[in-house]
Amino acid sequence: MKIIVAIKQVPERDAQFRIDAASKWIDEVDLQFSLNESDAYALEEALQLKEKHEGEVIVISAGPERVGTTIREALAKGADRAINIACDDLGSRDVLGVARLLAAAIRQESPDLVLTGLQSEDLGFGQTGVILAELLGLPHATLILHVEKTETGLTVKRELEEGWFQEVNLPTPAVLTIQSGGNKLRYATLMGIKRAKLKEVRQLTAAELGQAASPVVVLDRVTLPQKQKSTQILPGTPKEAAAALVEKLKFEVRVI
Amino acid sequence: MSGILVVIEQRENRISRISWEALAAAQRLSEQTGAPATAVLLGADTASLAAEVATHPVARVVRVDHPLLGQYTPDGFTVALQQLIQTESPTHIVYPHTYQVRDYAPALAARLGQVLISDVVAIGNGQEFTRQLMQGRLNGNYHHTGTGPCFLSVQAGAFRVEPSEASAPAAITVFTPAIEAGQIRTSPGVPFRGSSQTVDLGSAPLIVSVGRGIKEAENLPIVQDLASALGAELAASRPICDNGWLPMERQVGSSGQTVAPKLYLAVGISGAIQHLVGMKASQCIVAINKDPDAPIFEVADYGIVGDLFEVVPALTEAIKAVKQ
Repeated sequence: MKIIVAIKQVPERDAQFRIDAASKWIDEVDLQFSLNESDAYALEEALQLKEKHEGEVIVISAGPERVGTTIREALAKGADRAINIACDDLGSRDVLGVARLLAAAIRQESPDLVLTGLQSEDLGFGQTGVILAELLGLPHATLILHVEKTETGLTVKRELEEGWFQEVNLPTPAVLTIQSGGNKLRYATLMGIKRAKLKEVRQLTAAELGQAASPVVVLDRVTLPQKQKSTQILPGTPKEAAAALVEKLKFEVRVI
Repeated sequence: MSGILVVIEQRENRISRISWEALAAAQRLSEQTGAPATAVLLGADTASLAAEVATHPVARVVRVDHPLLGQYTPDGFTVALQQLIQTESPTHIVYPHTYQVRDYAPALAARLGQVLISDVVAIGNGQEFTRQLMQGRLNGNYHHTGTGPCFLSVQAGAFRVEPSEASAPAAITVFTPAIEAGQIRTSPGVPFRGSSQTVDLGSAPLIVSVGRGIKEAENLPIVQDLASALGAELAASRPICDNGWLPMERQVGSSGQTVAPKLYLAVGISGAIQHLVGMKASQCIVAINKDPDAPIFEVADYGIVGDLFEVVPALTEAIKAVKQ
């Protein structure tokens, strides 16, 4: 099975975000970046499918130069090779524009399966996989926790709301968006990190793929959210704050 | 182009609250554009649901009925709605932001060269759409450019449903899409429950819930001690259950249980929207988190900004002392 995994590099989730001077995006200067969490689960699913059924795992990512470190991390975990779409204007492309870039590169590979995480942690549109399926003309399923290869295609376990699940059968080639938690994530081994340095990373550009930025939906402004409730922050040392909270729980909330 | 379409979602022949919220969002748009809102239902036979929707403030209800729409598939819904959009030429298509909508609406929008503005939390003047960025830490204001319909989906709880005044029910029309079985490429099975639910968090009056901030499974006893000192049930945010540190049945949020206890004490939970939708109706929310900007503080009544490894043991001791 030839599997392509579309991965995204996103700011570390613990980062302190500062809005940039133009209020257009965040200030990226001191930010650390890492692999988007549900994309890590998509990669893990691909690696496990390869271990069971043989084949090849190719990771693809679009973005500026820093994306290279996340690609190396995926190769160190066991992906066989990578496609890196150099793109410095990711922010001026909407989710359809980014999916068009990815689809143009994926089409050249004719994979059996395309996986990606269900949602990015930065923009959170949660659409790249579904749009990829549409652009590639492939069937898809979303929020997948488990993938089983069958004689005619795939049987997948799809998460529904409120603790419900559903099995879906679909033919291959197909696109799946992977939900976090279906597998246990592996770490890169020392050997994996060494081997990653020798693996092929194909460099492409947006121009080579014939994709200029022409967004339908534009992000105008980034702002701080307004508080919905007035939170009473209990100050002091941990002991003082704890004592103050116990007072509230006893006399106002009346649960002690 | 004219009119706003609101796609109403049904499950087991029932309309969920978020669909009425999508309708409220459509009315907000109506005020700006002057165009009426039309409700759309999809299914094998939506007659009874359409009659219910018609009593709400909509100009019209369109039943998109076809035997192949009886069970949801992304292909069936995409094909049917594409045809309806062609006929109606709406300016906007408004959705509730549900798992089902996330499964097909982006493909439908892309088929028409459009982008779904997903998970919208507010609609400002001049059709400025606000959605959350960075897991709810920031907001982004978006607008739709160019020609063609604007697709948006609204977040659960973001738009308030006003009680509607009694008026004559709206007209109901039927639209029969042309769908062939061969166009539907996926075959869905019957939904099933995950694990047997032995923990009913929904009826627990007190809940202590733990998130990523706990760092390691080995650290869980400090929150377990707090829960037992309070006499509370222990719950968790998704990552804790993903890691297998606590069973899935203790998960609160959009993919887990929805709770509204008397007290919800969130420890080391940043408060991503997927978690907030499962607990924000709690009577009293207390948050302990080291990050003063964490979104959990936006819904909390009381907050302690600090290291949970210091605050939680101190709190457990203080509760024990009071209870003695």
